[in-house]
Amino acid sequence: MRRVYLDNNATTPVLPEVLEAMRPYFAEQFGNASSIHHHGQQARAAVERARGSVAELLGCRAAEVVFTSGGTEADNLALFGLIDVEKGDHVITSTIEHHAVLHSAKRLAELGCDVTYVPVDGQGRVDPEDIRRALRPNTNLISVMMANNETGVLQPVGEIGKLAAEADVYFHTDAVQAAGKVPLEVERIGCDLLSLSGHKMHAPQGIGALFVRKGTLLRPLLYGGSHERSRRAGTENVPGIVGLGKAAELAVAALAGGEMERLGALRDRIQRTVLESIEATGVNGEGAPRVPTTTNLYFEFIEGEAMVIALDLKGVAAATGAACSSGATEPSHVLTAMGLRPERARGSLRLSLGKQNTSEDVDFALSVLPDVVARLRELSPVYKRPEAAAHTKVK
Amino acid sequence: MTESGMIAVAMSGGVDSSAVAALLRAEGRPLVGLTMQLWNQRRLAGQPGMPEAVQGRCCSLDDVYDARRVAETLGIPYYVVNHEERFERDVVRPFVQEYLSGRTPIPCSLCNNHIKFDQLLVTARQIGAESVATGHYARVEFDSGRGRWLLKRALDRSRDQSYFLFGLTQEQLSRTRFPLGEMRKEEVREVARRHGLALAEKPDSQEICFVPGGDYKRFIDAYLAEQGETPAETSGDLVTTGGEVVGEHAGVQNFTVGQRKGLGVATGSPLYVLQIHGDTRQVVVGGDQELYSRTLRARDLNWISIAELREPLRVQAKIRHRHEPAAATVEPAGGAEAVARVTFDQPQRAITPGQAVVFYDDDLVVGGGWIA
Repeated sequence: MRRVYLDNNATTPVLPEVLEAMRPYFAEQFGNASSIHHHGQQARAAVERARGSVAELLGCRAAEVVFTSGGTEADNLALFGLIDVEKGDHVITSTIEHHAVLHSAKRLAELGCDVTYVPVDGQGRVDPEDIRRALRPNTNLISVMMANNETGVLQPVGEIGKLAAEADVYFHTDAVQAAGKVPLEVERIGCDLLSLSGHKMHAPQGIGALFVRKGTLLRPLLYGGSHERSRRAGTENVPGIVGLGKAAELAVAALAGGEMERLGALRDRIQRTVLESIEATGVNGEGAPRVPTTTNLYFEFIEGEAMVIALDLKGVAAATGAACSSGATEPSHVLTAMGLRPERARGSLRLSLGKQNTSEDVDFALSVLPDVVARLRELSPVYKRPEAAAHTKVK
Repeated sequence: MTESGMIAVAMSGGVDSSAVAALLRAEGRPLVGLTMQLWNQRRLAGQPGMPEAVQGRCCSLDDVYDARRVAETLGIPYYVVNHEERFERDVVRPFVQEYLSGRTPIPCSLCNNHIKFDQLLVTARQIGAESVATGHYARVEFDSGRGRWLLKRALDRSRDQSYFLFGLTQEQLSRTRFPLGEMRKEEVREVARRHGLALAEKPDSQEICFVPGGDYKRFIDAYLAEQGETPAETSGDLVTTGGEVVGEHAGVQNFTVGQRKGLGVATGSPLYVLQIHGDTRQVVVGGDQELYSRTLRARDLNWISIAELREPLRVQAKIRHRHEPAAATVEPAGGAEAVARVTFDQPQRAITPGQAVVFYDDDLVVGGGWIA
């Protein structure tokens, strides 16, 4: 069966160049980067080369890049590493963050911190003024993501960075879903901390990084050796780090080479075709600036969960909401925070493109989607006839 | 019928539904495995009277893990589908309400009627399946003579679950498969072993799936506390059939008809719960012989082998899961179409409101309803 993968916000395939770059570091150049001897030196050199590549993607110094096991660890390191629970620090974050930030913030609150969650508007954007208003004398950290994983909506991080600097408050941004899709320049963002995940940008799973601005004092999460300048103990994941470095290089080249324009055109074609050929549909976050690879579509009268299963059985991998521990779909906290009706939040589908996707992939998905939607609606207990639906004002 | 003829197997992670998947796989049918996420076990953890970490059976991660492993072993697509909202609305809430009203509910039948053969069937059809197969011990077949889909007891009567399935409509039955209806449990385990399924020796589950440890009273308290609802006052008097007050009780939900323990009244002869009056909160107690009665009223009837009940019909009627069907006559009662009167030839012990009464003609399920 033909299978097309349109769930690149969940994870991406490792690009062939990335795999090639990693390959020597499993068996031939297997050294521990902390070792004194030749083998260790080879590994160390590879790690530092990769650090340089990541720094280039971020526009920062190599020494400001800390490798982690992934985006979740990077987010945890930022929040738990910076916040002093005993001092009673105040944290500002948003209602649409990834759970790696939201659940860390929740834990900080349980430990005694004050946490303020700023809302988003109907397009899924944080208003920087809300953040300004939430500032308190004891505010120590603002954490707002750069691009949302479900809608792709870009947050006004530059403005937030500016007001954070004015208020002398640390600013962390989870850029896991932005990396490789839009330029990331920490100076323009004005952030002190920024999280990356390898596997969202065609590097392998199990590697990530946290940008930590020079002079920012972080308590480590993991204690042990003095790896990563004592900010993250544990023998370096050399193949993963090399993969992330290569993926960062490729991301820089792709951004310069028009790859995002290509994917943006494919994404726009998906949206246009769906909106034109299937009634009672829409785009969540439409009108807001978004990463070019993501679209979050809603289909009236349909459960997104059933749609994802039906599409998968036809060979199209898509996503909706978030998976809970059993693997069932939970209502999306992001769409709910945008004020969407529960039915609309449940009837939404995320399609996200990656570099491996072609125009033919999109053709295939668009050839499958209308039939799947038609069957789901035909069998939906709440489906109204098209004539009626056409006049239904959808919010 | 869809082009594919695909069947959705409702997989619980137990031996029975896993064997169903294995049997249908061996037939070469296109299959999809579905597990329903119905209840979040962590929800009531830490509520008053509940342990911090609640490990119930329903939707436990272990069961999902087992089901997923089976699907993987058999090489069939598998998904977990979230029906928590409907389950709470159509099963959990009514379960709590019934107890608070002095009745003894059967959540499994509610789940079959509202979730498994309704919501899950809709989902299954939406994703391209034509029918749902489950691990129930019962048989379903089409009778061309009557032009009706029939529900029959399992060949292995000790395993028969047709009692819980009386609410299935003709449409639902036409899209339902019970591949274990002609098998014995040992044969089912053998199927699982033969297909290399790791869970072949997994013990049967008995308790209500969403009530950990089977303590429904604690569950009701914890659920109401979680909902922030002040429980309605349900305490009241224990009275005899003559109206004499012989004691007090802490709530009608703590009783079921026929119950002997926990009355807190010492008398010369054993006392049993005879009736529970939700409105006056009185619990009527009396001797064993007073538990027997010959008649009951059934509401919300569903007919399977017949289109409707027009005149008195001789049946064997079963009034609880562990009850040997007894000879009775069922007849339409009053003007209300969906009410029937059942008169047993011999008095039956502990006819319990909230339970189902299911009418049989030998192996055939004629229909059934809820005991009023």
